[in-house]
Amino acid sequence: MRWKLSNFKKNIAVILEDGSQLTYDEFQKTTDKLAVHLSNRCLTFNLCSNSMGSLLGYITFINNKIVPLMLDAYINRGLLNSLINNYKPDYLWLPSKMADEFEHYSSVFSMYEYTLMKTIYTKEFPLHDDLALLLTTSGSTGSPKLVRQSYKNIKANTKSIVKYLELNETERAITTLPMSYTYGLSIINSHLYVGASVILTQKTLMEREFWQLFKDYKVTSFGGVPYTYEMLEKLRFLHMKLPLLKTMTQAGGKLSSQLHKKFAKYALENEKRFIVMYGQTEATARMAYLPHEKSLEKYGSMGIAIPGGKFSLIDETGNEIIIPDVTGELVYEGDNVMLGYAECGTDLIKSNEKNGKLFTGDMAKRDADGYYYIVGRKKRFLKIYGNRVNLDETEQMIKSRFDNIDCACSGIDDIMYIFITDKDMIDDVHKFLSEKTGLHHLAFRIKYIASIPKNDSGKTLYTSLEEHYD
Amino acid sequence: MTNLEKYTQAFIDTLDITEEQTKGLEYRSITQWDSVGHMQLITALEDAFGIMMDTDDIIDLSSFEKGKEILKKYEVEIK
Repeated sequence: MRWKLSNFKKNIAVILEDGSQLTYDEFQKTTDKLAVHLSNRCLTFNLCSNSMGSLLGYITFINNKIVPLMLDAYINRGLLNSLINNYKPDYLWLPSKMADEFEHYSSVFSMYEYTLMKTIYTKEFPLHDDLALLLTTSGSTGSPKLVRQSYKNIKANTKSIVKYLELNETERAITTLPMSYTYGLSIINSHLYVGASVILTQKTLMEREFWQLFKDYKVTSFGGVPYTYEMLEKLRFLHMKLPLLKTMTQAGGKLSSQLHKKFAKYALENEKRFIVMYGQTEATARMAYLPHEKSLEKYGSMGIAIPGGKFSLIDETGNEIIIPDVTGELVYEGDNVMLGYAECGTDLIKSNEKNGKLFTGDMAKRDADGYYYIVGRKKRFLKIYGNRVNLDETEQMIKSRFDNIDCACSGIDDIMYIFITDKDMIDDVHKFLSEKTGLHHLAFRIKYIASIPKNDSGKTLYTSLEEHYD
Repeated sequence: MTNLEKYTQAFIDTLDITEEQTKGLEYRSITQWDSVGHMQLITALEDAFGIMMDTDDIIDLSSFEKGKEILKKYEVEIK
C-alpha cells in the first residue's frame, strides 16, 4: 500500500479552513520535503488534528514505510508519556505549539505548523514487515491496547469502501471526526484513493464556520457517529438547504431506530443517500453497510458484509447458527482484519495472529433476507460519542485512584452511570473521569449508593443498578 | 428566578462552571464548552424558556453575552 498521489495530478486533494487548496501533485511534492528528514523503517507518533500537517505526516509515513501510531493531539499527557515510555518511538510529529513540551528532544523539521521531533530512541523495537499503522482501541482507559494494521488491511478496506460507496474523483468530503479515529481515517483514505477532495477542518457542526466551509466548497458527503446525528437533529438539519450534499454515512455505534428512520426518510425524499455502517478498529474500519436503497425498509439494521467480507453467527458452543432471527456472536472474515493487538514494544514484531478472522464481541441476529441487526455486546463496554469505553477498566481506574471506595460502572451508550459508596467523593470522581478519559463530563453521571449490590460470590449485580438510572 | 438567573444557571449546569466563570465566556474557551456541551446548553436554554431555536441562532450562540442578544428574538429579555 502506497499512496499514488501523482496519479491524480491537478485534482484538488485538500482544502483547508483558510480556503487554500493543494493539488495531488503539490501534495506529492510536500511529502517529499518531509520524507528526506526521516530515517527508514521505524516507529513514529503522529499527534493528530484535522489539519494539513497531521495529514501530511500520515501519508508520508505510510509511503516511506514508517509506522505511525495515530493519537489525538489533545490526548491526556500522562497517557502520552506512558505510551512514549512503552513504545519508544524514533520521532514525534506534532503541532508546533506543542514542541516546547518536548524540549529534551531535538526539532528536525517544521511544515504546516507541525514539527518533527527526534526522540532519544532509535529503532528500539523491531517492526514486522507487514505492520503499517497503529491505532488505539479506545484511547481512554488506563493503557490502551493498540491495533496493528497491515498495508494489506488498509488497501483491502479502502477498496471495499470505495466500491460500496461508489466513490469517484468528483466527491468532496468534509471532516467531522478525528483522523486518529478509525472511521475518520477511513473517510480520508477512501477519498484520497480515488483522487477526490477532503476538506480539513477543526470546526465542529455547532459552528457557523463549519457550515460556511460546507457551502463554499460544495461538500458532497460527511460521516457521523450516533451523537453527530443527534446534534444534527437538534440543529434542524432536516430543514437545511444543502442541494450538493449527496451522501451521509453513519458508524461508531448503533443509531437509535427512530433517528435511523428519520434520516433515511429525509434522504429518500431529498435524493440523498443515507448509509448506516458497522465496523471496528480491529477490522481496519468497516465490516458492514446498509445499502441506501434499503435504508428505510430495513431501518435499525447494520446491513450486510462489505465487498470482500463475510459474516457468520456462532452460538455459545462455537457452532454456526444457520436459521434466521437467532442471536449469536458476530464473526467477520476478510482481508481487513487486523494482524492483532500490541500491548508493548516487543509486540510490534508479531506476525498475523488473526488470519483474517475476527470475533467481534457483538451479539447480532440475521433476518430472513440476510440483513444483520446488533442486539447487544458480549463484553461490558459502552460507546461514548463513538468511542469504546470499557466499564470494568473504568471501575478499576477509579478504585486504584480512590482508596476505600467501592464502585460499579454501567449505563447506556453516551451515558455512563458510576455508582460510588462515598458521597463526598462525587465531584472528585467526576473530575477524575473526564480528565482521564478526555470525554465530556456530561457523559458521566456519578451516583451515591450505600453499598454496591452483589451476589453471594461477590459479583456485582449490574441489572439491579438500572433502577437508579435517570 | 429572574430570566438572567435562569440563563446563567443553564450555563453553570451544563458546562460545570461557577457563576464567576460565565463572564466573558466564549465557545471552546473552556474544554466543557465543546460541541457536546453546546448541544446540552441549547437544550437547557430551550427548556428553561420554552422556546425552540433556529439553526442560525444555535450556531451563532458563541458566547455568554451573544446568547442574551439571540434570546431577545424569542421575546426573552435577559436582565
